[in-house]
Amino acid sequence: MSAARSEKSSVLSHALKDALIAAIVAFGLFILLLGFLIDDMRGPGQLIGRPVLLASVVGMVFVGRFLISLLYYNAPALRYWLGAIWAAISAFARQYKWQLLALMFAAAACWAFYSPRDWPLILIIIAAVFIGVRFGFSAALLVVAILFPVTFYNNPYYLGIAIIILTYVMLGWGLNIVVGLAGLLDLGYVAFYAVGAYSYAIIAQTYGWSFWVCLPLAGVFAAFFGILLGFPVLRLRGDYLAIVTLAFGEIVRIVLLNWVSFTNGPNGIGSIPRATFFGIPFNATDEGFAARFGLEFDPTHRTVFLFYVILALALLTNWVTIRLRKLPVGRAWEALREDEIAVRSLGINPTNTKLTAFAIGAMFGGFAGAFFATRQGFISPDSFTFPESALILAIVVLGGMGSQIGVAVAATVMTASFELFREFEQFRLVIFGFAMVGIMVWRPRGLVSTRDPTVFLKERKTISANHVAEGRG
Amino acid sequence: MSEPLLSIKGVSAFYGNIAALKGIDVEVMPGEIVTIIGANGAGKSTLMMTICGDPQAREGNIIFEGRDITHLPTYEIMRMKIAQSPEGRRIFPRMTVFENLQMGAATAEGGDMKADLARVYSLFPILEKRSNQRGGTLSGGEQQMLAIGRALMSRPRLLLLDEPSLGLAPLIVRQIFSAIRDLNQREKLTIFLVEQNAFHALKLAHRGYVMVNGRIAMQGTGSELLERPEVRSAYLEGGR
Repeated sequence: MSAARSEKSSVLSHALKDALIAAIVAFGLFILLLGFLIDDMRGPGQLIGRPVLLASVVGMVFVGRFLISLLYYNAPALRYWLGAIWAAISAFARQYKWQLLALMFAAAACWAFYSPRDWPLILIIIAAVFIGVRFGFSAALLVVAILFPVTFYNNPYYLGIAIIILTYVMLGWGLNIVVGLAGLLDLGYVAFYAVGAYSYAIIAQTYGWSFWVCLPLAGVFAAFFGILLGFPVLRLRGDYLAIVTLAFGEIVRIVLLNWVSFTNGPNGIGSIPRATFFGIPFNATDEGFAARFGLEFDPTHRTVFLFYVILALALLTNWVTIRLRKLPVGRAWEALREDEIAVRSLGINPTNTKLTAFAIGAMFGGFAGAFFATRQGFISPDSFTFPESALILAIVVLGGMGSQIGVAVAATVMTASFELFREFEQFRLVIFGFAMVGIMVWRPRGLVSTRDPTVFLKERKTISANHVAEGRG
Repeated sequence: MSEPLLSIKGVSAFYGNIAALKGIDVEVMPGEIVTIIGANGAGKSTLMMTICGDPQAREGNIIFEGRDITHLPTYEIMRMKIAQSPEGRRIFPRMTVFENLQMGAATAEGGDMKADLARVYSLFPILEKRSNQRGGTLSGGEQQMLAIGRALMSRPRLLLLDEPSLGLAPLIVRQIFSAIRDLNQREKLTIFLVEQNAFHALKLAHRGYVMVNGRIAMQGTGSELLERPEVRSAYLEGGR
């Protein structure tokens, strides 16, 4: 008894010491990074101390380190107790689920009563919780996405961020076909994004065709470029393939930069026709969307419309990918990723398989590019640089290669955090680097590292991360 | 005597400038089990790979069912109903057993995949139990069974087996060899077997070839070769 107690207390003191050291290190690290701010607005070289921010960061490090050393390094007993508490909570929740639901409704009703303006937010939370409990996480995410413009109709800033996030989700899903399924490391994916954007801009300006005509054309052009890239790299794998795709991305950007007569070079292409509601423009005239549908004119209409367009395009990408995975061509992609020689010895033509992966992946990049062009109204080669490719690839890798929901979560986290940390813009890459290192240490196979078999006998078994090779999935 | 299913005539193959096969002549009759035995580096696996077109033969011809397949790309050769269980098995480790078998059926046209699947499962019942498990999580013996099963899914007329006993326990080896014999006797499947395990292979095979340094050194029926003192001393008695 006393032995156990002394063991526990030594565990505690050890963890405390550990946490203290971590806090001191954090203090040393952050005192100059966060503790002081040079504010030129109030006069040259004014030094402002920020003790609260510093203290909260150091405190977070202390608490986090304390919990980590308790849980992971020292105390199976504590882990057991936490597990028991969690089990008790979930058993309680299961037993009293109706009461809990009623409580939640009551809380929501109170909230809605006291601040009626928040009702859309309440609606989205309730819907997400319900759908999440009943149908799982991805369904909840989908519901949140569909209801998002309803909730944040009055907040164009959030709508704008949501559109950017969805664009990256779509790009991530498109690249996932090439990298995650076919296992071909592509560092130049942004080239297809650029091809889509420029073909939309040029076709729409030259011929005046509508978005819905130009969109498939942009996809076709991008797919053609995918095949163009595919041919020379057919024999390459791994690092060599990565280098060539990297070069391809740069070539496309440099051509766009220098072919002034066609692409207007570094000045970019401006006044690209805006998206219309199937031919009805979003403007304040009598012919505009608002007047036709008897609404008051509001520029947000266009934003909401764009939101649903990109949501539909992203879902299309997802749906096509899921369908393709069940078809022979998708299965051949996965087999190709596993073992090219075995694929050939089963009578599958690896050339065609690779080219279809490149073409289809590029096509979705092209769709996203056309959308980007119509949303921005202005494109220039500056939007299609290598960091953009790296970001999309990071989304795919962090999300867990081949996992659709993981890619969506990773795209959301990465893009949203870029917006959130806009004030710390100089630290963006530092935080990005930390996030990468963290993921590689704790979840080396990506956020969602399980892979459901696409076909199964009798029952579906999820394959645990332990059976997935590192960095693959 | 009927036409050979596969005939290899004067085939030479090179890795760069190094000759791996120096004028090989081998014939495989329909319904036969033919085995190639030989030491490491004798060119057995190269011969197998050359039949599959990788590397392609620089001299000589490979005729399958009267058609010259010497210069066809690998996947075309495989579509002519030659199936291979390659050396080192090469199953798809992150796909399930069922998905692996499905991949094997990629070239089986217009067939009934359920029947093919049932055939493989009856030959290797353990695969049915493991059907939702990842290929990479199987034991070595199960992986070998999966590789053979995957090859059978394309309903081949000629089955090429490259060292199916590699790295397996004697009990499992016996199980796999008896499955091979079953396939041959019940379904008249023609099998071309490359093996290190000379004793088992020669006992199983109708005819055998001994390869030394890229050449065929001896040939004969399985039992004939087993009796030959050179074969016994070189391959069966640990070189004593």
